Amino acid sequence: MKTFYGTTLPNPLMLGTAQYPSPAILEQAFRSSGAGVATVSLRREGAGGAGQTFWTMIRDLGVHILPNTAGCHTVKEAVTTAQMAREVFDTKWIKLELIGHTDSLQPDVFQLVEAARILTEDGFQVFPYTTEDLIVGERLLEAGCEVLMPWGAPIGSGRGLNNEYALRAMRAEFPDVPLVIDAGIGLPSHAAHAMELGFDAVLLNTAVARAGDPIEMAQAMAMAVQAGQLARQADPIEPRDMAEASTPVVGKAFLS
Amino acid sequence: MKIVLNGEPREVQASALSDLLAECGFSGRVATAVNEEFVPSSRRIGCELKDGDRVEILSPMQGG
Repeated sequence: MKTFYGTTLPNPLMLGTAQYPSPAILEQAFRSSGAGVATVSLRREGAGGAGQTFWTMIRDLGVHILPNTAGCHTVKEAVTTAQMAREVFDTKWIKLELIGHTDSLQPDVFQLVEAARILTEDGFQVFPYTTEDLIVGERLLEAGCEVLMPWGAPIGSGRGLNNEYALRAMRAEFPDVPLVIDAGIGLPSHAAHAMELGFDAVLLNTAVARAGDPIEMAQAMAMAVQAGQLARQADPIEPRDMAEASTPVVGKAFLS
Repeated sequence: MKIVLNGEPREVQASALSDLLAECGFSGRVATAVNEEFVPSSRRIGCELKDGDRVEILSPMQGG
């Protein structure tokens, strides 16, 4: 099993912490799924100290914390946010997001590569939110990334894997690199699909947090990624155009 | 002295960043930046503020 900067995860599910109906439901979603990674962010602290309560809850989950640079549009902004996150969350891990397009939240891959290089040189372990572009993937690896996180579909869209062909190509191109499908997952079948293609983990948030029952959906996602992973290991059959009888023909009675 | 704290104009007494945090009641896990530059917690005591500085005080928050 591949590791993420030397860390082995308990299961291939990474879960976001935003948009849950309540902190108690968020906590139970983590417990019911067994997700080993929680993504978090940094925002302006109010006088009430809401951030401190959240920090205590997340810390007590006992999972790996992956801070993000969500909403950053420039290298400078992302790098400064990463530096602040490293201090607050006490981790070298950073989910690097450089948003390039307002409607699709598509990553700005040019700035992404530059920021990844700066952060890696500064000792960070970068998890770049990227597209399925192979050349960009190559550049990110050259910049020092040891994990790639291509999008399945735009963040929060729930569309599943928009470009299966390119994701297959990515898996084949980087056989030894841990690859995570980040964003776009809506259903457990999407998550299973990603794992069947050979991805090493799935990162999702909205599909669980905005489901009618986030706790059950978190559990369903955990089962889906495990099923997909097991199926991949079990070497699935190839699809074919024509039928092939599964029941033996030999020994069939002559009755017509 | 007038500064901009988390986007809001504010009149403060503190001259160092560490004093500003105390004055405004921030404690626990926060990260600070002055004029868009990260200031590590170890350097807050020596970080003198001046009129018009833009200070950001961030804390852990939910994220995807």
